[in-house]
Amino acid sequence: MLSKRKFTVSRRDFVAGSTAASVLGFPAILGAQPAAIKVGFIHPVTGFVAYNGQQGRLGAQMAVEDVNKAGGIRSMGGARLEALLGDSQSKVEVGVSEVEKMNEAGVAAYIGCFQSPVGIAASQAAAKYNTPFLIDVGASDLIVNRGLKNVFRLKPGFGVCVDQGISALGAMNNATGGNAKSAVIVHESGEFGTGTARLLAGKLPSIGFEVKEVIKHDNPTRNFDNVALRIRSLAPDVVMMSNYGNEYTLLARTLHQQKVNLAGMYSVLGGGFNYRFVKELPDVAENMMDTNHWFNPKSAKAQALKRRVEAGGALFTFEVYLAYATTMLLADSLQRAGSSAKDKLTEALASSTYDTEILPYGPTKFVNGQNQGSRASVMQARKGDIVVIAPEDVANARPVFPKPKYT
Amino acid sequence: MPDLPIILAGVINGLLAGGIYVLVAVGLTLIYGVLHIINFAHGSLLMLAMYAVFFLFKPPVGIDPYLALPIVTGGAFIFGYLVYRWLIGRFNHGRDENILLITLGLSIVIDNAALMFFTGDIQTIDVPYAGRMVELGAAFLPVPKIISFFAALLLCGALGLYMARSDTGKAIRALAKERQGARLVGIDVDKLFAVSYGIGIACLGAAACLLMPTFYVSPTSGHAFVLIAFTTVVLGGMGSFAGAAVGGFIIGITESLGGLLLGEQLGQIGISLIFILILLLRPSGLFGGKG
Repeated sequence: MLSKRKFTVSRRDFVAGSTAASVLGFPAILGAQPAAIKVGFIHPVTGFVAYNGQQGRLGAQMAVEDVNKAGGIRSMGGARLEALLGDSQSKVEVGVSEVEKMNEAGVAAYIGCFQSPVGIAASQAAAKYNTPFLIDVGASDLIVNRGLKNVFRLKPGFGVCVDQGISALGAMNNATGGNAKSAVIVHESGEFGTGTARLLAGKLPSIGFEVKEVIKHDNPTRNFDNVALRIRSLAPDVVMMSNYGNEYTLLARTLHQQKVNLAGMYSVLGGGFNYRFVKELPDVAENMMDTNHWFNPKSAKAQALKRRVEAGGALFTFEVYLAYATTMLLADSLQRAGSSAKDKLTEALASSTYDTEILPYGPTKFVNGQNQGSRASVMQARKGDIVVIAPEDVANARPVFPKPKYT
Repeated sequence: MPDLPIILAGVINGLLAGGIYVLVAVGLTLIYGVLHIINFAHGSLLMLAMYAVFFLFKPPVGIDPYLALPIVTGGAFIFGYLVYRWLIGRFNHGRDENILLITLGLSIVIDNAALMFFTGDIQTIDVPYAGRMVELGAAFLPVPKIISFFAALLLCGALGLYMARSDTGKAIRALAKERQGARLVGIDVDKLFAVSYGIGIACLGAAACLLMPTFYVSPTSGHAFVLIAFTTVVLGGMGSFAGAAVGGFIIGITESLGGLLLGEQLGQIGISLIFILILLLRPSGLFGGKG
């Protein structure tokens, strides 16, 4: 006869067993979970530049996902990046309050903010805590000219973009006989448009262009009929635009509808020059040119990222790949610092030689927070697509200039 | 100082822009005149109507914005009617401040829902006649803007006639003047409130169809017209149809000439100056009643 012994576990046995199991059985798992590194992303995902902010957020989230999928920050035991997402609502004061909130949450670094005024104020707020602030998009050179040690910008500011844009326009004009001699500048009235326009007006004479007028407009502007009227009466060879997406699209459309004859429409940091614009309004966009941030079309990594973004139904706009590349720069610096301590991370960023590959920049070299290798590209709309016409080493097409006249 | 032909062209551009302002403002003034509602959701509802035009234009539907006018206007009327019946009428508890909060809340919900569903991207439609022009002196007038100007005038005239001649129009006017009296003579006040709100929103539907061939839509695009519409309504006299019409054209021309003479940014001052002048000289607006 088999004796039956009842199997019972006392509370004391259970506690002892559990403790032994946790100590002996799972040390590897417990040890492999270092604290996540919090990164604050501040973008205007609502308000009048919401689209740009949403695109920036998309790029940042993709980069965080890629870093974590690749094993996190290996020098920190595989620590994962944790994205804290903030909305500046396209307003300076809200951007600053997001910095304060995220500081309370213990972020190691910030990335943002698309609009220059928000970037200027938010990075100033982050400087109080010595927290690194990486500017993914923000054109004003004031961002990096204030002597703040915590601010880093991977992309070029409007100074570099204007220099490159002017030089490319001069070269293009000279190559076709130098017939274009005058320009009208149309810009939005904020820090970004005003600063860019001031630089353009100062540098156009150096390539033999007379600036006939500088026209400033508000955001939003409902109607550009009178601007078109004014431009027609001034009869410039080139119209140069520097504004955000809504007004860029509306102005381009109005000039096309009113058949204003120009040798070229040439923007520097034109907010609306993207795949959506050239695909939806191909006739309006045809032969328009823009000096702006652009990915390296010859980079396989950039092309793969483009396909991935487009497969998700989004457009591969500069906000996406700049936020992506900036987040990757942060991940690389965390890897080299081996710590999320603010001073070590700031030092690692300042000495970074990271090559994004997807941007035509080469290895980073920061001087006063500005990446010296960064540069813009000049693009042109052609039959519903965008081609790169300068600089020569990344160009994949020759420019069409002057553009055909309206009949 | 621009030449005379340029100034004349500026006046014509202002008149064309004013046509749309009139249509947006007529809806707002009707809602105020009858319901005494300051409709804070006006810009958001205009934006929704513009998205409706956009999606009707895109494949697979592919309806031209002008042909979509009856559909969008009718749809906007039904939407406005239901919003009043199910939301404003149900939750206002007879207090004006509640109505303000409801329309403000509605505006926030619509704006953020649009951001979620449509993203913040700028959407445009490319109609084949977008580039056609009529040359008039120094002015090159885009055909879609001329169409929108005359269509806006026609629709305003038709609405004015409807309000003056039809039984519903007469009842709405009676309601606007004497709410209690209208109820006493057997007018279904709640239903007429909803109808009036629906007509106001239908005006936005029509404005959206006329705007889209030359404008863009994004979740914030309706707000570009809200301040102008409120200014027009106050300038013309709150609740006055004729006031909204005249006010819309005054605003359009002032904005246009201000832009020409003072620059696009400073030109907006002209609107505020005229607004202040009218309020000083006729505090109830150009066509507003006394008191």
